[in-house]
Amino acid sequence: MKRNLLSTMIGAAFALAAAGAQAQISDGVIKIGVMNDMSGLYADIAGPGSVTAAKMAVEDFGAARRGMKVEVIGADHQNKPDIGSNIARTWYDVDKVDAIFDVPTSSVALAINQITRDKGRAFINSGAATSDLTGKACSPNTVHWTYDTWMLANGTGSAIVKTGGDSWFFLTADYAFGHALERDTEAVVVKNGGKVLGKVRHPFPGTDFSSFLLQAQTSKAKVIGLANAGGDTINSIKQAAEFGITKGGQNLAGMLVFITDVHGLGLNTAQGLIFTETFYWDLNDGTRAWSKRFAAANGGKYPSMVQAGVYASVLHYLKAVEAAKTDDGTKVVAQMKAMPTDDPLFGKGSIRADGRKLHPAYLVEVKKPNESKGPYDYYKVRATIPAEQAFRPLNAGECPLVK
Amino acid sequence: MTEIFGVPTQALFGQLLIGLINGSFYALLSLGLAVIFGLLNIINFTHGAQYMLGAFVAYLLANLAGLGYWWALLLVPPLVGASGIVIERLMISRLYKLDHLYGLLLTFGLALIIQGVFRNIYGSSGQPYAIPPELAGGRNLGFMFLPNYRAWIIGASLVVCLGTWFVVERTRLGAYLRAATENPVLVQSFGINVPRMVTLTYGFGVALAALAGVMAAPIYQVSPQMGADLIIVVFAVVVIGGMGSIAGAIVTGFGLGLIEGLTKVFYPEASNTVIFIIMAIVLLIRPAGLFGTQK
Repeated sequence: MKRNLLSTMIGAAFALAAAGAQAQISDGVIKIGVMNDMSGLYADIAGPGSVTAAKMAVEDFGAARRGMKVEVIGADHQNKPDIGSNIARTWYDVDKVDAIFDVPTSSVALAINQITRDKGRAFINSGAATSDLTGKACSPNTVHWTYDTWMLANGTGSAIVKTGGDSWFFLTADYAFGHALERDTEAVVVKNGGKVLGKVRHPFPGTDFSSFLLQAQTSKAKVIGLANAGGDTINSIKQAAEFGITKGGQNLAGMLVFITDVHGLGLNTAQGLIFTETFYWDLNDGTRAWSKRFAAANGGKYPSMVQAGVYASVLHYLKAVEAAKTDDGTKVVAQMKAMPTDDPLFGKGSIRADGRKLHPAYLVEVKKPNESKGPYDYYKVRATIPAEQAFRPLNAGECPLVK
Repeated sequence: MTEIFGVPTQALFGQLLIGLINGSFYALLSLGLAVIFGLLNIINFTHGAQYMLGAFVAYLLANLAGLGYWWALLLVPPLVGASGIVIERLMISRLYKLDHLYGLLLTFGLALIIQGVFRNIYGSSGQPYAIPPELAGGRNLGFMFLPNYRAWIIGASLVVCLGTWFVVERTRLGAYLRAATENPVLVQSFGINVPRMVTLTYGFGVALAALAGVMAAPIYQVSPQMGADLIIVVFAVVVIGGMGSIAGAIVTGFGLGLIEGLTKVFYPEASNTVIFIIMAIVLLIRPAGLFGTQK
């Protein structure tokens, strides 16, 4: 009798524990929210393509086969922090979203970084650039996956200064991202012995950059650093060519250029540009196979590094949820940091205590029209920057989590 | 070198010239809006989308039919204008008896639909469109490098603006148009087909937007949101000039281009708000706008 009672109790305890494990996945569904610019100047960099990438990750992870129910939803933050914050709150409070992915536009990303921390969920950023996400604003609930302003400045900036571009003038998008990129690049330029002759901050988003370009021309700087992105960068490069700035001997440094921008500009205008990316579809068999599948699902458009980052980060997030047996944001992010990362797009890597994902970066140069075999055959990889050198050292970011 | 507030005068001339170029676009676009509002009393929020359509049709002509910039300049305004006529006949003409607000809602909705369709097909990065070889290159004016294409824009825009002003304010046809807006019944009783005149006027206003779109295609990216970025500023221009005043639209278009250009030199951060600050001040002092008359 006694033994019976004991076994019943043990059985009950196991049942409870099992029920407990089950209940760790809140309402039985892992809900992933992909938030980005679906309709504006960053829509090609992230946009609906990021949602496609997230769905591919869920499929490739084999969620259904592993008995996990995963749902992917998307929303348009229109590059406005207030709109993004409202969506995030509704997602967390009403729609029971477990983790928010992507979020380009640094001002929006910083807002959601804070909201996610307050709500104890998970925020895995791919699209935003500001290095503050793993610096002053770092959070135990945030992972910054694809790239950041420090990495861009370090990769592109030092390569250009070392090849003689030692005086700079900045054309900066007037919001959190532009400011961070300008700050980080200026630091690299000065550290490598160059100097900054001036800067001008343009409204975001802008249309006509000729006035700012003329100011850059008057400065006589050797390099005009474009601390902007997407449509702003495209128009700056186009109009610089029109005003004969590149012919006049000044060089443009696109600090953040995506393959979609090169596609929009055309190789005639974009050839010779040098910049840094962490993903290019034509790196190896793994990236090529995935990118072809992605393009087929994305109306023929090849993936940007942001979309690749969404795929890889969703994959790693789901692995962490499975390993931690919970979708609690803080615990999953801790698990993501504890596990090494491995995916076909970024290779093997890791996530640091401050939330920074580490992988190699590639210094690329845009091909001349006669070197390209066709659409999206755009880059020559000039240098590979190993993961440990590509990103800001852990102790230099002033992240309060690192002590 | 002489300086004004720390900016060399030479650089300042360059900036003023650039302001004038941007002003040409403001003037062309606000002209179409002013014609449509003055004669139809419709606030045409589709204007930005029609400007974008102009650029896209030029791009499509070049890529599908191999027709270059000059053909586009000739063909695109009537093509897009015709699409405007269809919209006017099918939809807008039903709203003349209602409040302005309905016209605004309809045209705003249309603009969203047109932009959405193009974004779906072409994405947001935009498509490249080359400067015609005849206008490539530029000349050194001593104080700045002026691309030939930009010089052409100022000239072409001035001719179109003055031509339109002349037709509406100084010819018999223009007199009919203006009379028809004051008292359509009376004008109709003289044997003039007022509804047809109104339809053609809308088509003309849309054609002006499309023309601006073709002229913009080589310097801006041909992208679905190119009109949405510009339309708000253009509305401010029309409001400052005085709703419906054609001379007002032209003068304020160029004038605000200049003011914006100066702001970009002295305080670039404010360059996208300065026009709205001016609008607020003008509305406080002269609610009908600088050139408008109180009705």
